[in-house]
Amino acid sequence: MNRFLLPLGIFIVLVAFLAVGLNLNPREVPSPLIGKPAPAFELPQLHKPELTFAPKDMQGKVWLLNVWASWCVSCRQEHPILVDLAKTGTVPIYGLNYKDQRADALRWLKQYGDPYTLSIADIEGRVGIDYGVYGVPETYVIDKAGVIRFKQIGPVTQDVLEAKILPMVLELNR
Amino acid sequence: MIPELGHFALILALLVSLVQGTLPLVGAHRGNNGRAWIALARPAARAQFLLVVFAFGCLTWAFVANDFSVVYVVQHSNSRLPLEYRIAGVWGGHEGSLLLWMLMLSGWTVAVALLSRHLPDAMTARVLGVLGLIAVGFLAFILLTSNPFERLLPAAEDGRDLNPLLQDPGLIFHPPMLYMGYVGFSIAFAFAIAALLSGQLDAAWARWSRPWTTTAWAFLTLGIALGSWWAYYELGWGGWWFWDPVENASFLPWLVGTALIHSLAVTEKRGCFKNWTVLLAIAAFSLSLLGTFLVRSGVLTSVHAFATDPRRGIFILILLAIVIGASLFLFALRAPKVGLGGSFGLMSRETLLLANNVLLVVAAGSVLLGTLYPLLIDALGMGKLSVGPPYFNTVFVPLMVPLLALMSIGPLARWKHADMGAVLRRLTFAFAAAVVVAIAVPLLYGKWSPLTAMGVLLAAWVAGGSAVAIIERLRAGGLRAQPLHWWGMHMAHVGVAVFVVGVAMVSSFQEEKDVRMEPDDTVSVGGYSFRFIGVREAMGPNYRAMVGELELSKDGKVLRTMKPEKRAYLTSAMPMTEAAIDTGLLRDVYVSLGEPVGERAWSVRVYYKPFVDWIWGGCLLMALGGIVAISDRRYRMKKAAASAAIAPQGAPA
Repeated sequence: MNRFLLPLGIFIVLVAFLAVGLNLNPREVPSPLIGKPAPAFELPQLHKPELTFAPKDMQGKVWLLNVWASWCVSCRQEHPILVDLAKTGTVPIYGLNYKDQRADALRWLKQYGDPYTLSIADIEGRVGIDYGVYGVPETYVIDKAGVIRFKQIGPVTQDVLEAKILPMVLELNR
Repeated sequence: MIPELGHFALILALLVSLVQGTLPLVGAHRGNNGRAWIALARPAARAQFLLVVFAFGCLTWAFVANDFSVVYVVQHSNSRLPLEYRIAGVWGGHEGSLLLWMLMLSGWTVAVALLSRHLPDAMTARVLGVLGLIAVGFLAFILLTSNPFERLLPAAEDGRDLNPLLQDPGLIFHPPMLYMGYVGFSIAFAFAIAALLSGQLDAAWARWSRPWTTTAWAFLTLGIALGSWWAYYELGWGGWWFWDPVENASFLPWLVGTALIHSLAVTEKRGCFKNWTVLLAIAAFSLSLLGTFLVRSGVLTSVHAFATDPRRGIFILILLAIVIGASLFLFALRAPKVGLGGSFGLMSRETLLLANNVLLVVAAGSVLLGTLYPLLIDALGMGKLSVGPPYFNTVFVPLMVPLLALMSIGPLARWKHADMGAVLRRLTFAFAAAVVVAIAVPLLYGKWSPLTAMGVLLAAWVAGGSAVAIIERLRAGGLRAQPLHWWGMHMAHVGVAVFVVGVAMVSSFQEEKDVRMEPDDTVSVGGYSFRFIGVREAMGPNYRAMVGELELSKDGKVLRTMKPEKRAYLTSAMPMTEAAIDTGLLRDVYVSLGEPVGERAWSVRVYYKPFVDWIWGGCLLMALGGIVAISDRRYRMKKAAASAAIAPQGAPA
């Protein structure tokens, strides 16, 4: 064996790894919450603060929980997609209005459209901590038993919606 | 029209570099029959350079003239952006950075074409041919995946503005310097490949390659230092190195390049380490390419990896595989036939330089491993993780300790066989002085700890070693006769010492406080006190700023007013911190403005950073040392001298 081939050998292994690495997404961090029950909470609703909402109200339904805020720029990017999705009525979308002011949030929904069955106000961001929110927007798919099945960090794109979220909702509803 | 001309010039440049990358190589292979083709190398290099400069000029024009019908300009400029940033905006994104890379490559190529009159024509043809092939790869990459001249029709009203992080004088100089260094290693690479192709791996080859390698290394040193300095004052965290993958990508070629400079000295003087030197030359440039791949493909998470596109990643990976794979294959074919060169004793300058090389390469290997580890683990499906500063510091610092310890000894040791006892006796004074400094300085700053003392000891030891060498020559009356490259080496070594002082002192004695301040509140760090006066609003050309005012004083005496800013850029709405720094030879005081936390209160972060500027000062000295070294007249000798026999033993490296 020619020892001068060693550098070439090491390099080929490295290229193989880099080629595999190209198809991975370093930003995609798996959430430890996937496959676990959605953390419980009870918070006032955004439009009717005198009423509250809790995940257990949704037992037996597949639903989306979308974390959004009026100060969040990327939320504007995904918003039209959510509005269109809401029109199809495929799956109910619940909004978690995160660390926001009520007046700002209501104005924002008026301006950009309201895809949410209802929104919940998490002014202090406590629920956000339980759900491990570290970038807004985030979207969770929660099944009939109240278990988180999927989490999208960052804006929902048309691709993610069609390739991941919708097939999963369809399957969970079966 | 002008962007189309630029695009067209790039296509022509690709055609010219195809000629430059093929015919001269074939001509050199055919020997005397190939003279006509050999002669094509220089004119092709010049033509390629002019075409690339023209294309670069066209893109610059599009920025200066606010041509918002060019997609790239829309993405990285704005009509309110000041002129200097519109020009720097040319390399503010992916496509333009690559064009800058290409501009540097053709600049280096034409420099070789112009300054290689003393080289054999066949050698020049091979070097320029290899550079031509690299140019083919990069021009094709630009034209096929990253065309900066792509039009947007209809044109946009205005641009989206340059990333505010990049709107800073640091950006004007950091990328060009860094790329000069990165791309400069292509010359060492081309010389190595040319030597392998011709089978002429000897001292002459090392001598030709040395000044180019040192120049590239000096630019890379400056580029990295500028980047570090920029991160220090612009990011508002007060840190100067983060072991971020992109920083590592520039540091890897530096480490290997440093090893290469030393190994080239051995090959030139003693004819040994030939295969090793060639391998290092290939490795230094390969790591530059790997750095380009890591940054441009976004394969690692990093703040720098904006705008990523998988097609680009695949293209660079294939380019990388071809360039590096082919050269390592050539190495495997040719290296076994290369002789070993002069023999040397266990105690000799050769051995010391070998130790230097081993330490630097192991350091580079461990940084590379840490940088790629998350990717390797992910690719093996073993989960997600990230590797942070604790790993790098634990692995890197212990490797630097023996390296620094050897730095004083190396220049005093003889080639072939050295009497280590005598060398160490000559260094007694330096060692004694270093011990005194290592005990005194940390005590003077109030806290003695073994790590600080170790840093200061090594720095003083390195500087002391150079001092001993200079004093000995002075006594012998031969100071004036010392060649410039000798001075350059000692300057660079003292630069390392200065750098180490900075690192040791700032990591041991910096103080920071994160406080909430209302007008008239005071906070103090490192004996300096800051009185918060207030915050007012101000307008910049393309941003709105909240300008804080703090009065800096020491021992009751007011020194100056510091004005840290918090900027909101109008187009991108991205908030930016502009720290206020009072720079001094022995310390920086540093203030950055946080968030408003009440009616009139703000969160404010203040730092006291002793000796922090020595970090960049040391790098500057290293780079200057490199420049001084290559100014040596022996590198401008004529053809005859270039192939002269190996210098006698005892000659300075």
